[in-house]
Amino acid sequence: MPSSPSTIAGLTQQGATLDELWRTLTLQAGYNAAIVVLGATLLGIAGGVVGSFVVLRKRALLGDALSHAALPGIAGAFIVATLFGAQGRSLGVLLPGAAAGCIAGVLAVQAIVRWTRLRDDAAIAAVLSVFFGAGIVLLSVIQSMPTGDQGGLASFIYGQTAAMNARDATLIAAVALASIASVALLFKEFRLACFDREFAAVQGWPVGAIDLAMTGLLVVVTIIGLQAVGLLLIVALLIIPPAAARFWTERLRVMLPLSGTLGGLSAYLGACVSALLPHAPTGALIVLAAGAVFAISITLAPSRGVVASIVRLLRLRVRIAVDHALRTAVERADGARAAQPGRTLALILRMGGHARVSDGRVELTPRGTERARRVVRAHRLWERYLIEYADAAPSHVDLSADAVEHSLSPALVAELEAALRGRGLPAANGPPNSPHPLDAGQQGGAA
Amino acid sequence: MNPTLHEFVSLDAPPMFAGTLAALCCGLLGNFLVLRRLSLMGDAVAHAVLPGIVVAFLIAGTRASLPMFVGAAASGLLAAALIEVVRRFGRVETGAAMGVVFTILFALGVLLIERAAARHVDLDADCVLHGQLETLFWFPPEDPSEFWTAGTLAAVPRQVWTLGLTTLIAIAFIAAFFKELRLAAFDPALASSLGFSAGLMHFALMAMVAAAAVASFEAVGSILVIAMFVCPAATARLLTDRLLPQIVVSAAVAVVAGVGGYLLAAFGPGWIGLPNAVNAAGMMTLVAGAILAAAAVLGPRHGVLARKRRLARLARSIAREDVLGLLYRVEEVRGPGTALAQADVRRAIDSGAAARRALRDARRAGEVVPTPEGLRLADAGRARARSLVRSHRLWETYLVKVLGLRPDHVHATAMDLEHVTDAEMARRLAERGGEGMDPHHRPIPPA
Repeated sequence: MPSSPSTIAGLTQQGATLDELWRTLTLQAGYNAAIVVLGATLLGIAGGVVGSFVVLRKRALLGDALSHAALPGIAGAFIVATLFGAQGRSLGVLLPGAAAGCIAGVLAVQAIVRWTRLRDDAAIAAVLSVFFGAGIVLLSVIQSMPTGDQGGLASFIYGQTAAMNARDATLIAAVALASIASVALLFKEFRLACFDREFAAVQGWPVGAIDLAMTGLLVVVTIIGLQAVGLLLIVALLIIPPAAARFWTERLRVMLPLSGTLGGLSAYLGACVSALLPHAPTGALIVLAAGAVFAISITLAPSRGVVASIVRLLRLRVRIAVDHALRTAVERADGARAAQPGRTLALILRMGGHARVSDGRVELTPRGTERARRVVRAHRLWERYLIEYADAAPSHVDLSADAVEHSLSPALVAELEAALRGRGLPAANGPPNSPHPLDAGQQGGAA
Repeated sequence: MNPTLHEFVSLDAPPMFAGTLAALCCGLLGNFLVLRRLSLMGDAVAHAVLPGIVVAFLIAGTRASLPMFVGAAASGLLAAALIEVVRRFGRVETGAAMGVVFTILFALGVLLIERAAARHVDLDADCVLHGQLETLFWFPPEDPSEFWTAGTLAAVPRQVWTLGLTTLIAIAFIAAFFKELRLAAFDPALASSLGFSAGLMHFALMAMVAAAAVASFEAVGSILVIAMFVCPAATARLLTDRLLPQIVVSAAVAVVAGVGGYLLAAFGPGWIGLPNAVNAAGMMTLVAGAILAAAAVLGPRHGVLARKRRLARLARSIAREDVLGLLYRVEEVRGPGTALAQADVRRAIDSGAAARRALRDARRAGEVVPTPEGLRLADAGRARARSLVRSHRLWETYLVKVLGLRPDHVHATAMDLEHVTDAEMARRLAERGGEGMDPHHRPIPPA
């Protein structure tokens, strides 16, 4: 196993110095390296922006079908050009070929979804594999042609940023800026088509044309990305940055620039590292950088991230455990069997200022008594409500109330009281009596 | 054995068998992927096994199949698990989750390969993608009686045995868990409530998918694997509505694609005067795609043509009924036996070619009679027209009296519904809305 190249230590071991790293990052490591890094970064930004809509439309993998469909286009254009005696390997021949392949692929997917009973996942998978298969057949034809070897074409599959020259970079830059500008111009239309197609259609927006524009941008970004990251991985630039950006925000206006930034950052880092290392393919490094960004986002994002979700879940659990312990303490006074809080729970109760546990006895503080009273009240109101209005048997209501008591807001409690007034609600303010015996061992999980 | 046959058996039969077996085992399992809208799982797993293969190769240092198999299966399962994690904990939509996970794993694989290539390790991403079917061969014994001895069978390429075994396991898996797989595919919730875990079934299916993909890779490359997970099953889905026939049809498609694809790749170029064979795995993919396209267009019930024909027939019968209704209304105003000029009829029902054919149909059925002044209703036509106009006016009455619509808003709706109203429905409409006059003060013809 080679040592991990993504750390600075790894870099220096393999011959690049910190100085070199710094010069690459600041675009001072020579004209070529700077061009490659700039081109890749712009591509990353465009991919992140355009990809946002694709991901939000839940058509993430359409980009995959589209990029695979470029292969037969490229190979076919090469063959045709060579047969007519032209130089097959020039971009002027290959890019239109790629575009034709992409468009044919999109049309095929849409035709299958529109005209047959197959779903879009099957349509995408079928188009992707059949078109790529056709591309492989054509590549093997090229290999056996007297004039051609497929050397230049393989770079489209895996990408070869190193071969990027100033003209390519200018092309990428121009197309990237143009597609970002189109997104800015069509922002309102795209947003409508993304979130509420039917509404947009009813309002008289040309939904079909908007879709077409969106798919067109997708095709354009895919094609300029083919050379840089290769057709197998370009889809990553369209999916990963938007999926990562989605974790940080709920607003499209924030998500678009963020997704563009994350895409640009990934591409920039990937391109820089690959410029420093021999045998480090740019496309793969860009995707791995994007992967790192995604991993950070899914873990650490404030409200949708995994850590935040776990913290939320734990807090909920603690709240439920405290509620149950307090309720048990109160109901024991009514004559029920005592439930011992565990050591952790005892600590939490003390730190929250709710109760003190000593020798297995739970002594409620005034604050704890107040909260316990609220919980018991909510619990029993809910039980009564189920009995009165849902015709539940008194022996069956405890479990449901156990779950609901924690999430009843004061407003809901007031509503329950109003609904139960005159239907067996005894005390005006204190907890109503329990509708079932309390010592039946039904104290729901006190831990 | 004559020389041509000998050449075929030693050079062509092994790759053909290997390809066909790979197609068969992936095609069988694909049925459940397509039904569960997981067609792209083949794509994801096929890309995601790359790092596993490379790591296994780097650790074991050989291309022996067992370490590779273990490595690939491990990373395939890892991919399936990661996709589930991203989907569930990150609340990312399935397609995007797949896209994120498999591109990252594939990029990792590409990077590892390039790093390994730096140390002159002979491993190539191309062979994983395109497969090495053409390198399989077998020398059969000269004497046919030695055909089935252990020695000759042991000389059959290992890949053929591996794939044969995997296919048998896949068949056994489907046969053993048919009921469970079917339930999990169509109604996971019901499956869970019946007491067996749909999640476990999903995991088992993913394990089989990974195993089939891995067993097929070495021989046929990932592209054929992806194609075979979707094309045969999708084809079968277009041809039948029941699961068991679907599985049988998909197996047949896989076999035809395997054998046909190989023969076309090996001998097809010769027929059109090209010197070399083309890539067999790619050609198998193309044949599978062609069969899918043919099924989509020509399928007897769900095919595009069949559907068009059904629609055209419906349009024709509606136009014919409209002609009859029109003539009936003319008779109401101008008296029985009135004729209407053909041009007027055609203009009134306004549906182009369908109108011409509809007129011909009505004439042949003896419902209308051509006269010098134009078309006149015959007795048969008048009876049918009366029941049609009756339905129309019953609907109008019902819509106005019972549903409270405005009288000038109901004609178009009644125009549509009159063609699909049978006697029973007409009776009920009369019950609710009443007989006599319609909202436009025209008599409702008696039944």
